[in-house]
Amino acid sequence: MTSPSQSVIIIVAGRALAPLIQLFGIYVIIHGHYSPGGGFQGGALLAAGVILLRMTEGRCAAQSEISTEAAIPVASIGALIFAGTGLVTLAFGGHYMDYGVVPVPGIEEPMVRYYGILLVEFGIGLAVMTALVAIFDDMLDDPSPENGDVDAGKPAEDLKRP
Amino acid sequence: MLLVFAGLLIHATLHLPARGDPDAPMHRERNRAGGLVAGDYFVRNAYRDAATPNMVTVVLADYRSVDTLGEVIVVFTAGVSCFLILRRRRRYD
Repeated sequence: MTSPSQSVIIIVAGRALAPLIQLFGIYVIIHGHYSPGGGFQGGALLAAGVILLRMTEGRCAAQSEISTEAAIPVASIGALIFAGTGLVTLAFGGHYMDYGVVPVPGIEEPMVRYYGILLVEFGIGLAVMTALVAIFDDMLDDPSPENGDVDAGKPAEDLKRP
Repeated sequence: MLLVFAGLLIHATLHLPARGDPDAPMHRERNRAGGLVAGDYFVRNAYRDAATPNMVTVVLADYRSVDTLGEVIVVFTAGVSCFLILRRRRRYD
């Protein structure tokens, strides 16, 4: 499925489904406090939307949402949001990941934990989504003109042995 | 082979405590050694500690958040490994 599909049905169905899948992914992340779900599941759904578009329309689709080059850096940012939340609690004198010690004016300790969990879930979702997209992109890194790769055919310098 | 292992698993499943059994070891307040059971604390205090109705989320992202950090690092490492092994770097000059 590396080449873009020629079928109008598949392309239209992919375009119609991908936003719904991603909207549901965002819902699963944000609503994880009240219903089954969380960062991992929501991140997988967000990645599924991007991968569906790339499967139906070729690997250059949905690059504006998350580009192939940006996937790994954004995954690092997601993991750093998670780890950084833990470091912030260390800075306020608590244990690692002990959100309750962070003094936020006007918010009581349980609600600080509530928002700490939300921040952490957001980081997880970002990391999981972009990591899955990066794995998908790397696995079909097959530059060719029919995949819409404008750089195809140019010499790959580092593949030549000296 | 498959049937033997399936039979073993089914045999083991039949000896599990019934669902919701209050005398099951994981539902007791104290384990057989006399220590407190962690799950009992989670069920009692999850909402009080984090104002979050879904106690699975509280356990995953608050009480056991270091474990979840490890899971994220596993996924991230898989992504970075694929990047390093599979991606063909193309340099033009």
